[in-house]
Amino acid sequence: MNFTQMIIPLNITKTISDWIYSIMPETAASYTIMVIIAVAYLALFAVAGLYLVLLERKVAAWFQLRIGPNRVGPWGLLQTMADALKLVSKELTSTIKIDKFLYNLAPYFVIVSALMAMAVFPFSEQFQAFDINIGVFFLIAISSIGVIGILLAGWSSNNKYALIGAMRSGLQTISYELSVGLSILTMVLLTGTLQLSEIIEAQRTGGWLILQGHVPSIIAFMIFMVAGTAETNRAPFDLVEAESELGAGFHTEYSGMKFAYFFLAEFINMFIISSIAVVLFFGGWLSPFGITENIAWFPQVFWFIIKVLGLIFLMMWFRWTFPRLRVDQLLTLEWKYLLPLNLMNIVLMAIVIWLNWTI
Amino acid sequence: MSYFSDIYKGIKTLLTGMSVTGGYFIRARKGAITQQYPDNRETLKMFDRFRGEVVMPHNADNRHYCTGCQSCEIACPNGSIEIIWDRAVDPETGKKKKKIDKHIYHLSMCTMCGLCIEACPTDAIVWAPNFENSVYDRSKLTKILNQPGSSVLDGIED
Repeated sequence: MNFTQMIIPLNITKTISDWIYSIMPETAASYTIMVIIAVAYLALFAVAGLYLVLLERKVAAWFQLRIGPNRVGPWGLLQTMADALKLVSKELTSTIKIDKFLYNLAPYFVIVSALMAMAVFPFSEQFQAFDINIGVFFLIAISSIGVIGILLAGWSSNNKYALIGAMRSGLQTISYELSVGLSILTMVLLTGTLQLSEIIEAQRTGGWLILQGHVPSIIAFMIFMVAGTAETNRAPFDLVEAESELGAGFHTEYSGMKFAYFFLAEFINMFIISSIAVVLFFGGWLSPFGITENIAWFPQVFWFIIKVLGLIFLMMWFRWTFPRLRVDQLLTLEWKYLLPLNLMNIVLMAIVIWLNWTI
Repeated sequence: MSYFSDIYKGIKTLLTGMSVTGGYFIRARKGAITQQYPDNRETLKMFDRFRGEVVMPHNADNRHYCTGCQSCEIACPNGSIEIIWDRAVDPETGKKKKKIDKHIYHLSMCTMCGLCIEACPTDAIVWAPNFENSVYDRSKLTKILNQPGSSVLDGIED
């Protein structure tokens, strides 16, 4: 391990873990550390999700020549915090004929599956909660669990709009899951590993994967961004929510904090899709051209966050530019365009690697 | 091979759309159209065709253009305008002549349709840009448009 690159806060976590191990038996200490990491991640990404909501509102305002939230706190920075506080303190209303158990379970399904995916991301060389050797596989598996929560929400609400929204979500996720998986597989062909930290390691010498794999990589990136936007149920693929058609889609009957869970999960999912793209295409926490590689104190997290924010901005740009697709257009795009292109692309990538045409 | 040309066309048109919105995004800081209303109360200027309330402009000598023809009262679809008028002897010609006593305007009933202003033959009433019309007592919304002691400008009805 290269200790010169270890950044200061992680020394603090090391001290804390040493301290916990010194006061407890080993098993109890490892469980305590797991709980502490889970709570830290929960708090971190709840706040990050709130600030993504604020970013979305600001970006939306600028796209529409407005100013955006600017009253609560300086430049409106506390706006979403205030909103969350309000939602926490609100009464949880529900209709009479709901399926109580599933209705209450659904938001947790959605938010937990979103937060679970965060565990495997390497935010910097040291800052990774759970480095498993099937990281990419884990991500694909987890990111499609969220749709069960959406289906449960729509079904248990006993509301026709909620059910329509949930069913649309089901067909959309099942369709676009293929494209996400195949475009990730295209990149896995190039790296030869599923472990996220090793995927980044492979980019340290040969340049980012989007450059290493040139043409097939760029096609895979474009397909991944389109399919990823569809996976997160964001405009132009927001048939699931479709305010103008379905009220609020699957979360029509939810209020207060349960609604906020769905809302937060959408933004955390956006973060996840962008993070996968950053790891697979843009070198994760590696700095461009290695400009900060020899500066020991420079936080590698900075580059990761900058790249993720760039891709999130791209997804917001999609949202505020394109109109919503119809259901048949959605399926045409996936089954007649993205999927065949993806299959061709994976063959192209295989040929590129076979003939050693990678850069 | 329309399949691939379709894809090319699709991507091209999507990028065109994104360049348009991207341009807006970049220029948003300068061109924001939001009015920060209570803060810019002094400088806020409503646009020319804004329909705030009906007023009757008077000149420096407290003269207006209203001849009391009642066209506005007839044009008004819901009776927001009432004109109390009288006849008085014109000192120059010695003839009896119609003149307004009170031009009463019920702002609380007005739908801002503008038919009275279209109907007015002498442009005696116009739109004013004032929109801060909230009051604690609804009787304050019944306004008398002609100022006390005012009279019609000479030569308007000829």
